[in-house]
Amino acid sequence: MVRGTVVIEAEDLRRRFGEVVAVDGLSLEINAGEVFGLLGHNGAGKTTTIRLFNGVLPPDGGRVRVLGLDPVREGTLLRRRTGVLTEIPALDGRLTARENLAYYAALYGVPRSRVRRRVGKLLAKFGLSERADELAGNYSKGMQQRLALARALLHGPELLFLDEPTAGLDPVAAREVHALVQDLSQAEGRTVVLCTHNLLEAQRLCHRVAVLEHGRLVASGSPAELVRSLSRGLRVEIELSPEDREVVEALRGLPGILEVVKAHPGILEVKVASHLVLPEIARVVVGAGGSLFRLSPREPTLEEVYFALHGREEAG
Amino acid sequence: MNWRAIAAIARKDLRAVSRSKGVMFPLVLVPLVILGGLPALIASVTPLIPPEAMAGMERFMEKLPQALRAELSGLDVEQSLLVLALVYFLAPMYLVVPLMVASVIAADSFAGEMERKTLEALLHTPATDAELFLGKLLSAWIPALGVAAVGFLLYGFVADICTFRALGRLLFPNPLWALLVAWVAPAVAGFGLGTMVLVSARVRTFQEAYQLGGAVVLPLLLLVAGQVTGLLYLDLTVVALLGISLWVVDAALLWYGARTFRRGVLISRL
Ligand SMILES: Nc1ncnc2c1ncn2[C@@H]1O[C@H](COP(=O)(O)OP(=O)(O)O)[C@@H](O)[C@H]1O
Ligand SMILES: [Mg+2]
Repeated sequence: MVRGTVVIEAEDLRRRFGEVVAVDGLSLEINAGEVFGLLGHNGAGKTTTIRLFNGVLPPDGGRVRVLGLDPVREGTLLRRRTGVLTEIPALDGRLTARENLAYYAALYGVPRSRVRRRVGKLLAKFGLSERADELAGNYSKGMQQRLALARALLHGPELLFLDEPTAGLDPVAAREVHALVQDLSQAEGRTVVLCTHNLLEAQRLCHRVAVLEHGRLVASGSPAELVRSLSRGLRVEIELSPEDREVVEALRGLPGILEVVKAHPGILEVKVASHLVLPEIARVVVGAGGSLFRLSPREPTLEEVYFALHGREEAG
Repeated sequence: MNWRAIAAIARKDLRAVSRSKGVMFPLVLVPLVILGGLPALIASVTPLIPPEAMAGMERFMEKLPQALRAELSGLDVEQSLLVLALVYFLAPMYLVVPLMVASVIAADSFAGEMERKTLEALLHTPATDAELFLGKLLSAWIPALGVAAVGFLLYGFVADICTFRALGRLLFPNPLWALLVAWVAPAVAGFGLGTMVLVSARVRTFQEAYQLGGAVVLPLLLLVAGQVTGLLYLDLTVVALLGISLWVVDAALLWYGARTFRRGVLISRL
């Protein structure tokens, strides 16, 4: 798949369960080769969105095309080209790891003559070869997650849906999964749709994210873009000499400064409208004869953006 | 139809069941008791019935349908009892075996898959709804037929060994039981299967499905009662008709079951 091609195109997608609107007018585009995050709290509609995208659940309204196919009418064709890591690993605990993979290899139509090698290769890649003939039910959570990820890759899918791939994993196991996801995208060029409620994970792995809230898309863009466009103002720390009281007064009057957050002798923390105010601050300090030790803008994290958005949703 | 996927599903369900003690225990024990223990018990107890009691038996036999009495002509009371019990009265009990095997495996395959939460990954595969359904049906139907066939061999063997001295001839095989094994047993298995598919669509666990689905044995017990009370006599025609009606019911159950077995519906129940 050529990078930049649109892989998923959703328009006003809707799905309700009784009174609950799980997906509410979702429109988005996901491009080939990107790691796209669906970010949201529990119940935001991430899992339902994946089910709609993969043709497992029919939508109530709207339009969606995935890999150029209609997920409802051409679900079988579509699912031959997608791989899914479900929220719960959904491995059969009464089968060994190897048997679990061989079973899905048959379901995904991996040619018979290649099943053994393919399974062996994935077990090795995911560090499970040694315990490949143990029942999957006896695996640790991290191993189950890796096995489920291996299962999603058996047929070399172009598009991967990963539903909360690190939920419930310890930090070491989570980091392993992160490395694997990065490898899938960067080295193998697969498109990845990743559901998560973990902002750091989204920031670390995703090229772009869509923030979902009660099934509605409340914001989207690259993590950096989101941070910039949604944080109302940029926080800046200005370190001066403790004697520079007039400088502080001069700065308070500067039009670009939205708010003075903290003012201690020698340290001033302000909110400014944009990066463009930074040179102006430097000029004012210098012009007033002050000594500028540090002028550091602090980019808000996605987490702060997320809570800002969440607050806005709750309020609105 | 992708037969490789269907076979993979059936094989996997069977393999998983064979490793589950809770499922295997009834699957082995019940056929052994019904098809091995029961004929041996009846054959060894009948000769011990005291003569006074035999008089009562004669009166009981007089109430049997004409055609059945004709079958028994020329036999003494003890011989008649053996033939009655082993060939006729136990026939419906034999059918309990394919019914139970099919129901237990289907409960594990349909309700159990939902309970263990392994269904979601399966629904995300390219297998079509029909392929998933068929694979799961076969995983229960084929072993039911296998156990029914092997079970018949066991039953016939035990019954013949235990009664040969008293009767001077072999009771099995015979046309009635050939029809029972080849025509009715598969239909009975299908009935258990179809019922379990419908039950599984309404419950959340293997246990619930198994307990509710257990009610399918009742019609068979009615057949036993019908014969013992002399209301009914399982001759070739009745058995053939029983088979036909079961196949018709099976077709209806499975047609309806297939309509409810849609991934969009199934996934919403997870
Ligand atoms: N099958 C279902 N039946 C009823 N409600 C559902 C079903 N699936 C999802 N929901 C509801 O839809 C909303 C979104 O759920 P989900 O997509 O699972 O969210 P997420 O994956 O972001 O946690 C939730 O309120 C959930 O309770
Ligand atoms: Mg979810």
